[in-house]
Amino acid sequence: MQWETVIGLEVHVQLATRSKIFSGASTAFGAEPNTQACAVDLGLPGVLPVLNEQAVAMAVQFGLAVHAEIPEVSIFDRKNYFYPDLPKGYQTSQMYHPIVGAGEVEITLDDDTTKRIRIHHAHLEEDAGKSLHEDFQGMTGIDLNRAGTPLLEIVSEPDMRSAKEAAAYLKAIHSIVTYLGISDGNMAEGSMRCDVNVSVRPKGQEAFGTRAEIKNVNSFRFVERAIAFEVERQIELIEDGGKVVQETRLFDPERDETRSMRTKEEANDYRYFPCPDLLPVVLDQAYLEHLRSQLPELPADKRARFQNELGLSAYDANVLSASREMAEFFEEVQRVCGDAKQAANWVQGELSGALNRENLSIQNSPVSAQQLGELIRRVLDDTINGKAAKQVFQALWNGQGENADAVIEAKGLKQVTDTGAIEAMIDQVIAESPAQVAQYRDSEPEKRGKMIGYFVGQVMKASRGTANPQQVNGVLKEKLDALL
Amino acid sequence: MALEESHVRRAAHLARLAVSDDQASGFVDDLSRILDMVDQLQSLDTDGVAPLAHPLDATQRLRADEVTETNQRDAFQRCAPAVENGLYLVPRVVE
Repeated sequence: MQWETVIGLEVHVQLATRSKIFSGASTAFGAEPNTQACAVDLGLPGVLPVLNEQAVAMAVQFGLAVHAEIPEVSIFDRKNYFYPDLPKGYQTSQMYHPIVGAGEVEITLDDDTTKRIRIHHAHLEEDAGKSLHEDFQGMTGIDLNRAGTPLLEIVSEPDMRSAKEAAAYLKAIHSIVTYLGISDGNMAEGSMRCDVNVSVRPKGQEAFGTRAEIKNVNSFRFVERAIAFEVERQIELIEDGGKVVQETRLFDPERDETRSMRTKEEANDYRYFPCPDLLPVVLDQAYLEHLRSQLPELPADKRARFQNELGLSAYDANVLSASREMAEFFEEVQRVCGDAKQAANWVQGELSGALNRENLSIQNSPVSAQQLGELIRRVLDDTINGKAAKQVFQALWNGQGENADAVIEAKGLKQVTDTGAIEAMIDQVIAESPAQVAQYRDSEPEKRGKMIGYFVGQVMKASRGTANPQQVNGVLKEKLDALL
Repeated sequence: MALEESHVRRAAHLARLAVSDDQASGFVDDLSRILDMVDQLQSLDTDGVAPLAHPLDATQRLRADEVTETNQRDAFQRCAPAVENGLYLVPRVVE
């Protein structure tokens, strides 16, 4: 039987406001426990929540970025449940009238094709506190600093058909929220968290299978792994005559599996009702237009521009537009050197390689975009060859020299294009390699092309890498063939 | 709508309210009468009437995104039954 996977994602994005969604307490990460939990966050009697304008603006900007309808009126509801890190006894959320309506996101797949994933809606809500189960004899410790932090929950339609598509969707959401600057998108610190709904159905069947919801999927890689495991589990279960039950499962990255969370005796009953402490939020057209006018160029537009105007391949355009920092760095390099393809190659090659090796993000690159652009310019105008360029890059990376020109000067890397000088070096190498010359002469003509590499290497070595390799190649061939 | 005692028990459980057997039967009566009134309201024709989210005819005021609260942990924790290292302590919760 051929199976089809159906996936929908609920992504919680922590909004980068300074204060909480309903109070003036700070949202800064890493403070001492409970020092940023005020009377409103604690749900003390007599307090009233007041909505943070910035949280509203950020949610709307996301909506505009995914071409969603933004309803004029949105309403906050109470989601009632009891848990110690939820001191009010309810989470203030939006159940029936969310701030962002239906929209869509374009994702790019491995083969550079794109697919549209529909967004069902996105709503504002508050985060809960944290429960710490260790270290307290038979007790649980509660830190409410996170309580009341604004979250945007983005709910997709079940439009994804593979783990790869789900990961691509999560990356697209990540890139949109970081481009907009509405979240730092830091998954390790929990600024972006994701629940995955997975089901399988026989290929060609219209009706969806029963889904399981996987919680605690907190990295792009985990999304793929959790789905891969879950799909296999469900298919095996069905093929063995069993049935998938609708339940919540927890992904365990260490054992690379999903596990059923102990099912509660009764289904959740959150008894949503409109929050009487908060009035309907009404957004007028002028406000929406104001926010629309402040939207930056978004990843999909940048990707298209990189392809159409700068002539980059779909792959390059996709990689370079994935994060705003990467895109801005690339664009600066391109502006300085004037060659998009070369800029793309250097940013994705030498630079990304070095950044990965030292686990640095592009914002912290020791080589600035200006420096890299100037270096590439020296390759383009033939001042240095490709090999020397790598040396210059390494020197700039290590902080040896202000800019490419200074390094080229200091290390004497200027490319030798003077034919006389190159000929002299070649003559010397030929004179010092009688055995190789004899081999060259005695070999089949079609094998000589390969053998010339030895001589090129020697000449480049003699020039300390500064000779123009194409020139060396040409002159060498002439001179060697003259010896035949 | 006729309410049964099991409904009352379930609602009480969800709200974490302790209800004795005597009280439960009393609540069945009281709540049933409230639901009867709701049934009466339900009989009205509300086609074309937008659901009311709030009785006040006003819209939500927004506040500027500024940190205005200071740390008052010590004051708040004076009314907590148990605290340690700045954390509120509660009976152990196991996921």
